[in-house]
Amino acid sequence: MTDKAATIQVYRIVIKATAQAIWDAITKPEWTQRYAYGGRAEYDMTASGRFSYKANAEMKSLGLPDEIIVGKVIESDPPRKLVQTWHPLFDADTTAEQHTRLTYEIKENQGGVCTVTITHDLTGAPRVAGMVSGGGDPTKGGGGWPWVLSDLKSLLETGQRMST
Amino acid sequence: MDDDSIFKALADPTRRLLLDLLFQRDGRTLKELQAGLAMTRFGVMKHLKVLEDADLVIARRSGREKLHFLNAVPIRAIHDRWISKYSEHGLSALAALKTELENKE
Repeated sequence: MTDKAATIQVYRIVIKATAQAIWDAITKPEWTQRYAYGGRAEYDMTASGRFSYKANAEMKSLGLPDEIIVGKVIESDPPRKLVQTWHPLFDADTTAEQHTRLTYEIKENQGGVCTVTITHDLTGAPRVAGMVSGGGDPTKGGGGWPWVLSDLKSLLETGQRMST
Repeated sequence: MDDDSIFKALADPTRRLLLDLLFQRDGRTLKELQAGLAMTRFGVMKHLKVLEDADLVIARRSGREKLHFLNAVPIRAIHDRWISKYSEHGLSALAALKTELENKE
Protein backbone atom coordinates (compact mmCIF):
# COMPACT_ATOMS: atom_id res chain seq x y z
CA MET A 1 0.00 0.00 0.00
CA THR A 2 2.58 2.58 1.05
CA ASP A 3 6.32 2.73 1.13
CA LYS A 4 6.78 2.58 4.90
CA ALA A 5 10.52 2.07 4.64
CA ALA A 6 11.00 4.76 7.28
CA THR A 7 11.80 3.11 10.55
CA ILE A 8 10.59 5.79 12.94
CA GLN A 9 6.99 6.86 13.40
CA VAL A 10 5.91 9.87 15.48
CA TYR A 11 2.47 10.54 16.94
CA ARG A 12 1.31 13.52 18.94
CA ILE A 13 -1.91 14.48 20.69
CA VAL A 14 -2.93 17.23 23.10
CA ILE A 15 -4.94 16.08 26.13
CA LYS A 16 -6.64 18.21 28.78
CA ALA A 17 -5.40 16.30 31.82
CA THR A 18 -2.48 16.37 34.24
CA ALA A 19 0.79 14.68 33.31
CA GLN A 20 0.28 12.31 36.25
CA ALA A 21 -3.17 11.26 35.03
CA ILE A 22 -1.76 10.54 31.56
CA TRP A 23 1.21 8.65 33.02
CA ASP A 24 -1.16 6.52 35.10
CA ALA A 25 -3.38 5.84 32.10
CA ILE A 26 -0.37 4.52 30.17
CA THR A 27 1.28 2.53 32.94
CA LYS A 28 -1.41 1.21 35.29
CA PRO A 29 -3.52 -1.84 34.45
CA GLU A 30 -6.71 -0.46 36.02
CA TRP A 31 -6.47 2.34 33.43
CA THR A 32 -5.18 0.48 30.38
CA GLN A 33 -8.12 -1.94 30.54
CA ARG A 34 -10.49 1.00 30.08
CA TYR A 35 -9.41 2.20 26.61
CA ALA A 36 -8.01 1.03 23.28
CA TYR A 37 -7.85 -2.77 23.20
CA GLY A 38 -8.54 -3.03 26.92
CA GLY A 39 -5.63 -5.24 27.95
CA ARG A 40 -3.75 -4.91 31.25
CA ALA A 41 -0.33 -3.23 31.09
CA GLU A 42 2.06 -4.34 33.81
CA TYR A 43 5.32 -2.47 34.38
CA ASP A 44 8.28 -3.08 36.66
CA MET A 45 9.63 0.48 36.54
CA THR A 46 13.20 -0.38 37.54
CA ALA A 47 15.91 -0.31 34.86
CA SER A 48 15.53 -3.40 32.66
CA GLY A 49 12.25 -4.09 34.50
CA ARG A 50 9.69 -6.15 32.68
CA PHE A 51 6.74 -4.83 30.69
CA SER A 52 3.81 -6.92 29.53
CA TYR A 53 0.44 -6.18 28.04
CA LYS A 54 -1.96 -8.95 28.94
CA ALA A 55 -4.92 -10.07 26.88
CA ASN A 56 -8.41 -9.70 28.33
CA ALA A 57 -11.03 -12.44 28.09
CA GLU A 58 -12.30 -11.20 24.74
CA MET A 59 -8.84 -11.21 23.18
CA LYS A 60 -8.13 -14.68 24.53
CA SER A 61 -11.38 -15.93 23.02
CA LEU A 62 -10.02 -14.74 19.66
CA GLY A 63 -7.02 -16.99 20.14
CA LEU A 64 -4.47 -14.41 21.29
CA PRO A 65 -1.85 -15.49 23.85
CA ASP A 66 -1.96 -14.40 27.50
CA GLU A 67 0.85 -11.89 26.98
CA ILE A 68 0.32 -10.10 23.70
CA ILE A 69 3.07 -7.49 23.99
CA VAL A 70 6.26 -7.80 26.04
CA GLY A 71 9.27 -5.56 26.61
CA LYS A 72 11.76 -4.01 29.00
CA VAL A 73 11.89 -0.61 30.66
CA ILE A 74 14.91 1.39 29.46
CA GLU A 75 14.26 4.75 31.13
CA SER A 76 11.50 5.80 33.49
CA ASP A 77 11.09 9.44 34.52
CA PRO A 78 7.52 9.72 35.84
CA PRO A 79 5.36 11.51 34.82
CA ARG A 80 7.40 12.89 31.92
CA LYS A 81 9.21 10.23 29.99
CA LEU A 82 9.14 6.49 29.49
CA VAL A 83 11.45 4.60 27.15
CA GLN A 84 10.94 0.88 26.67
CA THR A 85 11.26 -1.98 24.24
CA TRP A 86 7.97 -3.16 22.75
CA HIS A 87 7.61 -6.55 21.12
CA PRO A 88 4.18 -7.78 20.03
CA LEU A 89 3.46 -11.50 20.05
CA PHE A 90 0.23 -11.22 18.04
CA ASP A 91 1.28 -13.94 15.62
CA ALA A 92 4.35 -15.77 14.28
CA ASP A 93 5.20 -12.89 11.92
CA THR A 94 5.38 -10.15 14.54
CA THR A 95 7.10 -12.47 17.03
CA ALA A 96 9.86 -13.13 14.47
CA GLU A 97 10.63 -9.44 13.96
CA GLN A 98 13.11 -7.32 15.90
CA HIS A 99 12.10 -5.78 19.23
CA THR A 100 10.98 -2.18 18.70
CA ARG A 101 11.78 0.85 20.87
CA LEU A 102 8.96 3.02 22.14
CA THR A 103 9.27 6.46 23.78
CA TYR A 104 6.45 8.30 25.51
CA GLU A 105 7.00 11.98 26.29
CA ILE A 106 4.46 13.97 28.31
CA LYS A 107 4.91 17.73 28.39
CA GLU A 108 2.75 20.02 30.52
CA ASN A 109 1.66 23.23 28.80
CA GLN A 110 -0.23 26.21 30.13
CA GLY A 111 -3.94 25.90 30.70
CA GLY A 112 -3.93 22.40 32.13
CA VAL A 113 -3.19 20.63 28.87
CA CYS A 114 -0.41 18.19 28.07
CA THR A 115 1.24 17.27 24.80
CA VAL A 116 1.80 13.53 24.50
CA THR A 117 4.34 12.43 21.90
CA ILE A 118 5.02 8.83 20.97
CA THR A 119 8.20 8.07 19.03
CA HIS A 120 8.26 4.49 17.84
CA ASP A 121 11.51 3.14 16.38
CA LEU A 122 10.39 0.22 14.24
CA THR A 123 13.72 -0.71 12.71
CA GLY A 124 13.63 -4.30 11.51
CA ALA A 125 9.92 -4.70 12.22
CA PRO A 126 7.99 -3.87 9.02
CA ARG A 127 4.89 -5.87 9.93
CA VAL A 128 4.63 -4.26 13.35
CA ALA A 129 5.19 -0.87 11.66
CA GLY A 130 2.23 -1.52 9.36
CA MET A 131 0.02 -2.43 12.31
CA VAL A 132 0.82 0.50 14.60
CA SER A 133 0.46 3.09 11.82
CA GLY A 134 -3.30 2.44 11.82
CA GLY A 135 -5.58 2.91 8.86
CA GLY A 136 -7.31 -0.41 9.48
CA ASP A 137 -10.52 -1.24 11.27
CA PRO A 138 -10.09 -0.73 15.05
CA THR A 139 -12.60 -3.52 15.79
CA LYS A 140 -10.24 -5.89 13.98
CA GLY A 141 -7.12 -4.59 15.72
CA GLY A 142 -6.12 -2.18 12.93
CA GLY A 143 -6.49 1.15 14.71
CA GLY A 144 -2.85 1.67 15.53
CA TRP A 145 -1.46 4.55 17.59
CA PRO A 146 -3.80 7.22 16.11
CA TRP A 147 -6.80 5.27 17.39
CA VAL A 148 -5.20 4.34 20.74
CA LEU A 149 -4.25 7.97 21.47
CA SER A 150 -7.65 9.31 20.39
CA ASP A 151 -9.36 6.85 22.69
CA LEU A 152 -7.00 7.75 25.56
CA LYS A 153 -7.82 11.43 25.05
CA SER A 154 -11.54 10.72 25.04
CA LEU A 155 -11.37 8.66 28.24
CA LEU A 156 -9.32 11.24 30.16
CA GLU A 157 -11.31 14.26 29.01
CA THR A 158 -14.85 12.89 29.14
CA GLY A 159 -14.60 9.82 31.35
CA GLN A 160 -15.88 7.78 28.43
CA ARG A 161 -14.43 5.98 25.46
CA MET A 162 -15.00 7.05 21.89
CA SER A 163 -18.05 5.45 20.37
CA THR A 164 -16.70 3.12 17.74
CA MET B 1 -4.56 21.41 17.92
CA ASP B 2 -8.00 22.61 16.92
CA ASP B 3 -10.19 21.94 13.91
CA ASP B 4 -9.64 25.41 12.42
CA SER B 5 -5.86 25.10 12.26
CA ILE B 6 -6.12 21.57 10.81
CA PHE B 7 -8.60 22.53 8.08
CA LYS B 8 -6.59 25.65 7.29
CA ALA B 9 -3.45 23.56 6.96
CA LEU B 10 -5.21 21.08 4.68
CA ALA B 11 -6.76 23.82 2.50
CA ASP B 12 -3.64 24.22 0.39
CA PRO B 13 -2.40 21.90 -2.39
CA THR B 14 1.29 22.34 -1.54
CA ARG B 15 0.71 21.40 2.09
CA ARG B 16 -1.35 18.38 1.07
CA LEU B 17 1.49 17.38 -1.25
CA LEU B 18 3.97 17.70 1.64
CA LEU B 19 1.79 15.35 3.71
CA ASP B 20 1.66 12.91 0.79
CA LEU B 21 5.45 13.03 0.48
CA LEU B 22 5.82 12.23 4.19
CA PHE B 23 3.22 9.48 3.90
CA GLN B 24 5.36 7.86 1.18
CA ARG B 25 8.50 8.20 3.25
CA ASP B 26 8.51 9.60 6.75
CA GLY B 27 11.26 11.47 8.60
CA ARG B 28 12.61 13.76 5.87
CA THR B 29 14.75 16.90 6.02
CA LEU B 30 13.68 20.26 4.62
CA LYS B 31 16.18 19.79 1.80
CA GLU B 32 14.68 16.43 0.82
CA LEU B 33 11.16 17.84 0.89
CA GLN B 34 12.18 20.88 -1.12
CA ALA B 35 13.62 18.61 -3.83
CA GLY B 36 10.13 17.28 -4.53
CA LEU B 37 8.63 20.75 -4.98
CA ALA B 38 9.15 23.64 -7.39
CA MET B 39 9.49 26.12 -4.56
CA THR B 40 12.08 28.07 -2.60
CA ARG B 41 13.44 26.81 0.69
CA PHE B 42 11.68 29.69 2.44
CA GLY B 43 8.35 28.82 0.82
CA VAL B 44 8.58 25.20 1.94
CA MET B 45 9.54 26.35 5.45
CA LYS B 46 6.45 28.54 5.66
CA HIS B 47 4.19 25.67 4.63
CA LEU B 48 5.86 23.30 7.10
CA LYS B 49 5.32 25.86 9.86
CA VAL B 50 1.55 25.87 9.19
CA LEU B 51 1.54 22.05 9.23
CA GLU B 52 3.54 22.02 12.47
CA ASP B 53 1.18 24.53 14.11
CA ALA B 54 -1.67 22.15 13.33
CA ASP B 55 0.36 19.21 14.73
CA LEU B 56 0.06 17.48 11.35
CA VAL B 57 3.84 17.48 11.07
CA ILE B 58 6.22 16.93 13.99
CA ALA B 59 9.83 18.09 13.67
CA ARG B 60 12.46 16.18 15.60
CA ARG B 61 16.19 16.72 15.86
CA SER B 62 18.39 13.82 14.92
CA GLY B 63 22.02 14.83 15.39
CA ARG B 64 22.55 17.89 13.21
CA GLU B 65 19.47 17.27 11.13
CA LYS B 66 15.87 18.30 11.65
CA LEU B 67 13.57 15.54 10.45
CA HIS B 68 9.88 15.99 9.68
CA PHE B 69 7.35 13.32 10.56
CA LEU B 70 3.72 12.97 9.57
CA ASN B 71 1.41 12.86 12.60
CA ALA B 72 -1.72 10.95 11.61
CA VAL B 73 -3.57 11.56 14.89
CA PRO B 74 -5.36 14.84 13.91
CA ILE B 75 -6.49 13.24 10.65
CA ARG B 76 -7.93 10.35 12.62
CA ALA B 77 -9.76 12.88 14.81
CA ILE B 78 -11.20 14.63 11.74
CA HIS B 79 -12.28 11.29 10.37
CA ASP B 80 -14.06 10.40 13.60
CA ARG B 81 -15.65 13.82 14.01
CA TRP B 82 -16.59 14.72 10.43
CA ILE B 83 -16.34 11.79 8.05
CA SER B 84 -17.75 8.71 9.75
CA LYS B 85 -20.77 10.73 10.92
CA TYR B 86 -21.84 11.44 7.34
CA SER B 87 -20.75 8.22 5.74
CA GLU B 88 -23.70 6.09 6.79
CA HIS B 89 -24.65 3.21 4.58
CA GLY B 90 -27.04 5.24 2.42
CA LEU B 91 -24.38 7.74 1.45
CA SER B 92 -21.80 5.10 0.64
CA ALA B 93 -24.36 3.28 -1.52
CA LEU B 94 -24.99 6.53 -3.45
CA ALA B 95 -21.27 7.08 -3.86
CA ALA B 96 -20.88 3.54 -5.17
CA LEU B 97 -23.73 4.08 -7.63
CA LYS B 98 -22.17 7.33 -8.84
CA THR B 99 -18.82 5.62 -9.40
CA GLU B 100 -20.45 2.78 -11.27
CA LEU B 101 -22.47 5.08 -13.54
CA GLU B 102 -19.49 7.29 -14.28
CA ASN B 103 -17.30 4.33 -15.11
CA LYS B 104 -19.82 3.13 -17.70
CA GLU B 105 -19.40 6.22 -19.82
